[in-house]
Amino acid sequence: MSDEMELLEEVTSNEYKYGFVTNIEQEFAPKGLSEDIVRFISAKKKEPQFMLEWRLRAYRYWLTMKEPHSWAKLNYPPIDYQDQYYYAAPVQKVKPKSLSEVDPELLDTFKKLGISVEEQKRLTGVESNIAVDVVIDSVSVGTTFRETLSELGIIFCSMSDAIESYPELVEKYIGSVVPYTDNYFAALNSAVFSDGSFCYIPKGVRCPMELSTYFRINAAMTGQFERTLIIADEDSYVSYLEGCTAPMRDENQLHGAVVEIIAHKNAEVKYSTVQNWYPGNKEGKGGVYNFVTKRALCEGDYSKVSWTQVETGSAITWKYPSCVLKGDNSIGEFYSVAVTNNFQQADTGSKMMHIGKNTRSKIISKGISAGQSNNSYRGLVKINKKATNSRNFSQCDSLLIGNKCGAHTFPYIEVDNSTGIVEHEATTSKVSEDILFYCRQRGMSEDNAVALIINGFAKEVMDQMPMEFAIEARKLLEISLEGSVG
Amino acid sequence: MSLLEIKDLHAKVEGNEILKGLNLTVNAGEVHAIMGPNGSGKSTLASVIAGNDNFEVTSGDILYNGNSILDLEPEERAREGVFLAFQYPLEIPGVSNANFMKQAVNEIREHRKLDNLSAGEFLKLMKERAAFVELDKSFLSRAVNEGFSGGEKKRNEIFQMAMLEPKLCIMDETDSGLDIDALRIVSNGVNKLRNKDNAFVVITHYQRLLNYIIPDFVHVLSGGKIIKSGGKELAHELEEKGYDWLKDVQN
Repeated sequence: MSDEMELLEEVTSNEYKYGFVTNIEQEFAPKGLSEDIVRFISAKKKEPQFMLEWRLRAYRYWLTMKEPHSWAKLNYPPIDYQDQYYYAAPVQKVKPKSLSEVDPELLDTFKKLGISVEEQKRLTGVESNIAVDVVIDSVSVGTTFRETLSELGIIFCSMSDAIESYPELVEKYIGSVVPYTDNYFAALNSAVFSDGSFCYIPKGVRCPMELSTYFRINAAMTGQFERTLIIADEDSYVSYLEGCTAPMRDENQLHGAVVEIIAHKNAEVKYSTVQNWYPGNKEGKGGVYNFVTKRALCEGDYSKVSWTQVETGSAITWKYPSCVLKGDNSIGEFYSVAVTNNFQQADTGSKMMHIGKNTRSKIISKGISAGQSNNSYRGLVKINKKATNSRNFSQCDSLLIGNKCGAHTFPYIEVDNSTGIVEHEATTSKVSEDILFYCRQRGMSEDNAVALIINGFAKEVMDQMPMEFAIEARKLLEISLEGSVG
Repeated sequence: MSLLEIKDLHAKVEGNEILKGLNLTVNAGEVHAIMGPNGSGKSTLASVIAGNDNFEVTSGDILYNGNSILDLEPEERAREGVFLAFQYPLEIPGVSNANFMKQAVNEIREHRKLDNLSAGEFLKLMKERAAFVELDKSFLSRAVNEGFSGGEKKRNEIFQMAMLEPKLCIMDETDSGLDIDALRIVSNGVNKLRNKDNAFVVITHYQRLLNYIIPDFVHVLSGGKIIKSGGKELAHELEEKGYDWLKDVQN
């Protein structure tokens, strides 16, 4: 028994693989947050007046709000918003026209992270075809495949470029799904966001490659606030991937992103995330505070949005990717695997708001807790008065590893239309010694047995991931739980 | 040298001594049946040989090919060729039989310094061995034991045995909960696997199984020790008279 306890204490011996810092010359805005900083960021990006005004409205609104500390099952000290930098950017003498002009030190960073920023030729058939936008700290440093995509009328660029080149699209859609009044972190993001990705798929176009944004926090004491906006016009389709990592630092870093998706009639958007921000060390020191608002508006009839997320990183995760099902017959889906180990805390889930008729939603949430972590599912399914014949199915499964962690489920269901059908299923199980013994008796090491069991547990969600990501995500699951069983 | 030699084995679980000086020698090519009343220590013996650490060996030794295995982890024993067919096989949701077996076979092959099988070779082997116990190939993509009937779970145990090609096969009440047809299928599977290099220790309550898997030796386990050993005819005698007369003999 004491052996088991010892092993349990030992937990992950695995080092966070992406914890390095790149030595690049960076420029910062002065520390702290004020109207001047908001103006500084907007001026730095040479934004049109409407953006500055929108930011200032968001900032002033934020000042009236309180950090949401009471309802989420998360425990952290109040954040000092004045003790952060809100703008950090790699210094680039001239704006690079293509990735080949980007600082080699930066390109090397991507190599270490395993991101391909070279535009591989389709003919090679070896490398996958993915267009990437890379965001370091506050700014996008390059987007691949822009030309190929633009031939189809697809716009895929950084948010800054979009504000400069397509201000009318940005003005029309920014804040239309997540207004700055939505919540504390959305307001903060609206005031100080510095970059992110922008994507527009025109009518009837099926995007021929995966679009992807890679976020990297590099600078110390710097909050990252990026904003992503995806617009899928009628009858279009796009699959979008997001990945993120950060260096290992002793202080907690703040990340407050907003993602907005608009799906018009018959459009389909798949949005996949592999979130691997630095989770802090084994004693719970350091790590990223991840406060994210992601929401999709299924505006048109028969539109569909699927969120898939694999969350293994961050000290704190606060995130509820949601779908507003406004169009009749629209569909929202949420597939999630959230892993917490050591002292990580996650409060994550989804909201499905049924407004249109015959709308359908599905929530599949798999939480895995190890170490002394806490993992909560929190979800809301709301069927509005007019949402006749709407359906939801939710399934929340929790898997516990060891006996010091916690799994919690907070489902909220509100049904205002008697024709609605809502189903909720939940299970909690434990990686039992009996199952481990069974696997080991077949010759498997304990770590491999755990990997097999968690991959089985998470399979339904992993199957939703695009191929290239699924492999990476599977490895990540295994690494983040290695040695967590005694 | 014997394949398995158990010497004066004492073992306890949760403070209670269950095995109290058990001796047993098994040579390659032999089938040993172990019978005995409930609570006599039959399943404990199986668990202890396989290395389940809920059981504590307090004295005595277990030699496998002449070497003590008491310090080996369960997976090390498995890789050396010890296989336990579980009385209650476990369910592993979401993990297909094919993936489960691939992991097991690869780790065992690595230990034996053999190359991994190619996907094609592996699939061929799976299909061939599944046929031993009349499992059709659709079973390969189903999750391990999830939603399996009692009979299917036991057939799956024998299938896994066939895949891993162990030297010492311990079957813990594999016949419990089997109907006549399943019993015949399971026994046929086992008989196909018998050869001069491996050995079987068959733990059972009933003589019935031993009509199909003919043992070379029958042992009666009672009160944590083997109190009587004999040939296959001993099983018939037990079926007729029960165990009580042996306790009287013992006393």
